[in-house]
Amino acid sequence: MNTPSAEMPDTAGPTDPTLIDRMRGRFFARPLDVVISAVCLFVAGFVFVKLFDWAVWNAVWTTPDGSSEVCDGIKGACWAVIDARWRLILFGVYPYEEQWRSSAACLVLVVTVILSCLPVFWRPIRLSLLWVCGFVVFFVLMRGGLFGLSSIAPTKWGGLTLTLFVFASVVLFGMPFAIVLALFRRSSLPIVSNTVAVFIDVVRSLPLVTILFTAALILPFVLPGWLQGDKLWRVIVGFACFFAAYQAEIIRGGLQALPKGQEEAAMALGLNYVQRVTRIILPQAFRNALPPTISQLVITFKETSLIVIIGFFDILASGNAAYGNGEWSFAYVEVYVFVGLVYFVFVFSLSRYGAFLERRMRVGHN
Amino acid sequence: MTSLLRNTRFQRRVMESAFLIALLGLILYAVVAAKETVDSLGMTSGFGFLERTTGFDIGFSLIEFDGMDSYGRLLLAGIVNTLFLGAIGIVGANLVGLVVAVFKTSRNGVLNLLGTVYVETFRNVPLILQVVFWYATFTHLPSPRSTEAVLGGIYLTSRGLFLPGMNTAPWGVLACIALLAVMLVGFVLIARSRKLHAPAKSRLRRLSAAITLVVALAILFVFARVPGTPLVAIPELRGLNIRGGISLTPELAAMIIAIASYGGAYIAEILRAGFNSVGVGQIEAGRALGLSDWDLFNRIRMPLAIRAVLPTLINQYVWLMKATTLGVAVGFADFFSVVSVSINQSGQTLELIGLLMLGFLVINNTMSIVLNWINRAIRLKGV
Repeated sequence: MNTPSAEMPDTAGPTDPTLIDRMRGRFFARPLDVVISAVCLFVAGFVFVKLFDWAVWNAVWTTPDGSSEVCDGIKGACWAVIDARWRLILFGVYPYEEQWRSSAACLVLVVTVILSCLPVFWRPIRLSLLWVCGFVVFFVLMRGGLFGLSSIAPTKWGGLTLTLFVFASVVLFGMPFAIVLALFRRSSLPIVSNTVAVFIDVVRSLPLVTILFTAALILPFVLPGWLQGDKLWRVIVGFACFFAAYQAEIIRGGLQALPKGQEEAAMALGLNYVQRVTRIILPQAFRNALPPTISQLVITFKETSLIVIIGFFDILASGNAAYGNGEWSFAYVEVYVFVGLVYFVFVFSLSRYGAFLERRMRVGHN
Repeated sequence: MTSLLRNTRFQRRVMESAFLIALLGLILYAVVAAKETVDSLGMTSGFGFLERTTGFDIGFSLIEFDGMDSYGRLLLAGIVNTLFLGAIGIVGANLVGLVVAVFKTSRNGVLNLLGTVYVETFRNVPLILQVVFWYATFTHLPSPRSTEAVLGGIYLTSRGLFLPGMNTAPWGVLACIALLAVMLVGFVLIARSRKLHAPAKSRLRRLSAAITLVVALAILFVFARVPGTPLVAIPELRGLNIRGGISLTPELAAMIIAIASYGGAYIAEILRAGFNSVGVGQIEAGRALGLSDWDLFNRIRMPLAIRAVLPTLINQYVWLMKATTLGVAVGFADFFSVVSVSINQSGQTLELIGLLMLGFLVINNTMSIVLNWINRAIRLKGV
């Protein structure tokens, strides 16, 4: 019933339906549809005009001297706040002269993510190498201390760069951990599989904030001094555990979808456990689990914004700081819209890619 | 000897013992290290602090709380606030999600487009950003003194949202909640009864149950009225703030709006998948029986869709319950934020984090056990 007549097999009539026919079917099929369409179009059009008026037509885009006076008494949006503060929002309190490093590091990570979307890199070795290299380049650029770059401590990192850094490290550390958890979970040793099952269930029923908070506050109690490291690293480890617990269940789903014959055939060929897992089981399990994995990555990217609660200066916190002082305090909507758009670009493209993969993979199965 | 090493059962024993020893060692080490750190910092451990008075107040609390009360009561207030926010947020998210899902599955192209725009806008921006955005919007509203009432008694001010309410004593509110819970269980039981061949009887039963509920609520409100006040309380400006009626603080209002709209976008997608999973044949059969559009929706599409997606919905509800912890970002006194304040004030980090985790484990597991019980009750039998 949700199939429009245009996609039905061409048996009903000799001619294809024209665009007008299709439009009629979609928007004006029945009298009630005409009314609904008209009312909704009117309301949506009204809202759109108002929004356009505010966001584009009456907006102030730049501020030549960096002061907020250009926005006095205007009716539209004051995008000048972004013009004045975009460096703070994107890079946080990273030293001003070195911010090219921060943007280059962001670019490296984005390129890494884009490259790993290409099927050429879908081999375990290539993908791990790509991510490790991208991560190391990112880290060296940001941290400095090598190749004549001045050293900048992670406490000074901020803005979008910190968000991307946390995301990349959580995925990089969380993914191998997730694989280990998933394999342990389906182990035939009851003590191992039950312990891991309890761990996964407990982590999954706790809110992420709780885990980040625990990592920031409790780990110093139980870890020896040399292992404690920076608070940022502890939070990333906690976050990676959280990610791994969810991702392990996704991988387990992929493992369960495999026919039992695959592993039995591998055993019959005389492959040992490591060979079976790395060559037969995991590649197929990952293929099965790819769509939910992408949506888990999307959720994880959005959840990196929670580190602001633990006191990190990510893009949300730097956005708060950008309008927080007296001068721009009226322009909170513009700042939040900007930060929201930055998130939207990343999250939306990642989820579209996930939808594309799902379509692409369905081809082989039909 | 080599035969023993090659014995699979022996190998398994060894691996299992190694795992167990490593695990126990890790736990033992953590406990010892934690004890050492606590001792070296000169902190007292134990749960005695729960009896101490807190000395500070929290902004919003359903149960009475002030600085003279104990930490135990503070935690209780936090849990009650979390449950309250979670319940309202989940109900709101369901309503939003149902409307948007109907939009997205309707035949009308304009409605489809609106639904898609809604889902993509609210789902692709982090929840915490939406929370702080709504909070900032609320606090930038005009002050109560310069606000006019809308629709005869609704005030939208920088101090929060003020709605007309009933002058009901606290026990009345509790009784009201209990009544609604009993009715909910009743509806589930009616739905569960297998007598599908007597729809008229079940409809009659449902109708009489609904009438009983309305009458009981009316009686309850009359009897539980706070003496000497009118039945309905309409908020009005007194001095610098607005008194009377129901008031939602900006923190609570921002949290409710954010959770309902963000959760609504996710629930809409889940329900849409459910609606699409209902077979065309079922709809056509319903139409052939002469059901009206509403009956078709209410008796065929909706129940089948919900049955198909309830397990996914349960996960979403648990997720939304966990999302209440974002209250700490805007200063709403939920369970997490009262624990975090208590840690700062009392220094009992380990105990408080333990209680926090225990609390969420109990809340979330209870929720998923109850919902899974409902799921088992309504799922397709014998497949």
